[in-house]
Amino acid sequence: MKYMMFVATDPEAEPYDPAQDNIQEWVAEMVARGVNLHGDRLRPIEDATLVRVRNGEVLVTDGPFTESKEWIAGYDMLEAADLDEAIEIASKHPMARFGRIELRPVWPFEE
Amino acid sequence: MVSTLIRVTGDWSLAEDCTAEAFEAALATWPRDGIPTNPGAWLTTVAKNRALDRLRRAATLARKLEEMTAVTELEHLDPELSDFPDDRLRLIFTCCHPALSLEARVALTLRTVGGLTTAQIARAFLVSEATIAQRIVRAKRKITEAAIPYRVPEAHLLAERLSGVLAVLYLAFNEGYSVVAHTSIADEAIRVTRALAQLMPGEPEVTGLLALMLLQHSRRRARLDAEAVPLTLEEQDRSLWDAAAIAEAGELLNGAGRRAEPGPYQLQAAIASVHATADSAAATNWQTIVALYDRLLAVTPSPIVELNRAVAVGMASGPEVGLAALERVAASGALDGYYLLPAARADLFRRLGEYSTAASFYRIALAGAPTQPERDFFARRLDEVGG
Repeated sequence: MKYMMFVATDPEAEPYDPAQDNIQEWVAEMVARGVNLHGDRLRPIEDATLVRVRNGEVLVTDGPFTESKEWIAGYDMLEAADLDEAIEIASKHPMARFGRIELRPVWPFEE
Repeated sequence: MVSTLIRVTGDWSLAEDCTAEAFEAALATWPRDGIPTNPGAWLTTVAKNRALDRLRRAATLARKLEEMTAVTELEHLDPELSDFPDDRLRLIFTCCHPALSLEARVALTLRTVGGLTTAQIARAFLVSEATIAQRIVRAKRKITEAAIPYRVPEAHLLAERLSGVLAVLYLAFNEGYSVVAHTSIADEAIRVTRALAQLMPGEPEVTGLLALMLLQHSRRRARLDAEAVPLTLEEQDRSLWDAAAIAEAGELLNGAGRRAEPGPYQLQAAIASVHATADSAAATNWQTIVALYDRLLAVTPSPIVELNRAVAVGMASGPEVGLAALERVAASGALDGYYLLPAARADLFRRLGEYSTAASFYRIALAGAPTQPERDFFARRLDEVGG
């Protein structure tokens, strides 16, 4: 079962403490277990670009993005046995403490 | 039966449809042919065969491995085995999985484990049948699509998940209990908790919750007057309390208490038991109740428990001492705006004979009370103190 794990910031979480950021360990463990297929951080919203097609015309803009204190800061594609394993993986990620994590089951297209 | 079909097929709708079809078949044939010697096995066989039919069809069409596996396992399912306790336990834990919304967990548990109809659940929760049906459909979809596992959690998760299950059962019980006309929900919550206690005999908190429910339920015939206004424990006719339920709860608590440091449900049940076994309101051992609240606070600190403890202190040591304890609770601000805080103040002032102060607090409680029976209750109290 594949889950897309969105790693997001959360103003209500405890403040970020670099000394407690064990992301390297997390990646090492999850890659070794074969449950983390790939993942990365994402550049902040200031570096994002919005693309729309309207009336056949491609519109490229620097926003507007929804004003929000919570934004997606990274992602990981997981391969877990079931939701309980995905929850266990997510709960060990440092951003589960310093932010929050959303688990979305992947919805494959029918073959 | 449903729980086993779910485990084998992994398909909630299929399992429920086939079970429902088995019951329909029974309704159609039993009156004509007579009730079979083993009705449970008869129903399981019919449901199993229906499921096999559907799966074989699907398996031939799709040549899917999982469906082939399910067919093989179903073929070897022995309908004479009347009970599949492990499957029932799996079902309870899956229905109460924390990834489902709390209201979905309650509805799904009552529907799938308890076997209540969506109409019965809808009436108890004062929402439309369509709302309940939709909650259940969404929850089942999430179980399938998000791969919520169908199993009893592993040891390291068990304590946390079990307390979630107990919270769902207690919530279901209280919903049923608060709406007088729908005690079937409370009965059903007790039935499922009883089954859980049999399935997990080593878990004293399950026993504790069962005892707590039995004790609260033992007062069901005494707790309202003829106009459906709630009566205090002091006012209730104790001869209407269900003595058998109280005795059963007492035995459960004695058994559970020997095993471990009591958890919150055992302690709440112990408090309810002190009330239930007092010959009269005046004979209530309030010192013991205060001591039990102290232990409860140590296990689960909560401003509401502190409020209840202050009320008990007022009964044990007099209203002035109770008011002092209450002021310490109120000072934290955690209960600001909570209507039972002025209600407790009003009651202590009433006991002191300070009726006008009591009346002003009863008015605040009356304005904040969420249900009509409670408003009626405070209106009556207000009347008594000349407000």
